[in-house]
Amino acid sequence: MTPTLHRREVVESLLSKRKDLLVVAGLGSTAWDITAAGDTPLNFPMWGAMGQAAMLGLGLALAQPKRRVLVITGDGEMLMGLGSLATIGVQQPKNLSVVVIDNGRYGETGMQATHTASGIDLAAAALACKFPFSETIFEKSGIEKLRGAIHGQPGPNFAAVKVVAEKLPLVLPPREGALLKARFRRALLGDSADSL
Amino acid sequence: MQPRDWPAEIHKELAAAGVRLVGYVPDAGHKRLIELCQADKKMRAAVLTTEEEGIGLATGAWLGGEKSVLLMQSSGVGNVINAIGMMKECRIPLVSLVTMRGQQGEFNPWQVAMGQATRAVLEAMGTIVHSADSAEDIAPTVNAALRLAYNSYVSVAVLISQRVIGIKTFQEQSEK
Repeated sequence: MTPTLHRREVVESLLSKRKDLLVVAGLGSTAWDITAAGDTPLNFPMWGAMGQAAMLGLGLALAQPKRRVLVITGDGEMLMGLGSLATIGVQQPKNLSVVVIDNGRYGETGMQATHTASGIDLAAAALACKFPFSETIFEKSGIEKLRGAIHGQPGPNFAAVKVVAEKLPLVLPPREGALLKARFRRALLGDSADSL
Repeated sequence: MQPRDWPAEIHKELAAAGVRLVGYVPDAGHKRLIELCQADKKMRAAVLTTEEEGIGLATGAWLGGEKSVLLMQSSGVGNVINAIGMMKECRIPLVSLVTMRGQQGEFNPWQVAMGQATRAVLEAMGTIVHSADSAEDIAPTVNAALRLAYNSYVSVAVLISQRVIGIKTFQEQSEK
């Protein structure tokens, strides 16, 4: 099936009325996507450490079991940390969702094909890793269902959302890692963040 | 004389510091400590497929206000190099407890390159390295590493010398 969904619209829908959702984005296009939907201290857009977005989400979900945690990352970034699906499968965090915005391309480096372009099935890998909910989504109707899962369904949840491979204007979040960390912790933990 | 129970001493330090999350890739040298952490109801021990995952795990935990520790063998240090740069850029506190191979009396030549490069690699990536060369050094060194990391928002590794662990043959390792 040829993808028809557009990544910025998908991410904007997933993040609309996000309430107190904690959001981690993998480096590259998904970090620009969450920023285009509205930069906030409870976004943690990564500028490096490729392959670690899902694990960062796991650490956060385990530390904050009462909050919903969403990782939004690209197919290339997820493929680099495929083992983390197994690690998440062992821990079974009910409050974690991992959404891959899958355009089948390494978008920042010249749109080279990723493994998913050859039919490697990330949602099947997540199912095999004991994610109770895991789907490949092509349609708008699937996005609304996914939004519901992210906000309330016991996880870990996984989705690969197939999107059009397109080059979009960059919408950049702050770059400095220490700033991104400090603002996230203050927004989440309050003033006590500085004295923990 | 009974051999010193340094893994129990480490566990006591971790508990006292309020560490709740323990990421690990198993190592014979960490066997007892892993078991102690698994048995501790206040801790969650998370087995990783590769040591690199421990960097993301610790970063996420700290964003959520929780202290963690990463247990690995020296070979695993090679697996964390790019990711550990995030600790420096984001000023995330990290304590890594590394059991050393490729040092004194190593029987496996494939361990030697990484074992000999462990300190240099960590230091090149901005991690502060403490080493513990005897069993009685270990707990105070871990205590100091926890204080340094969590008071100063830095990555600190404690290298536990092969002299302490003392694995000398494949046979001895398999019987551990």
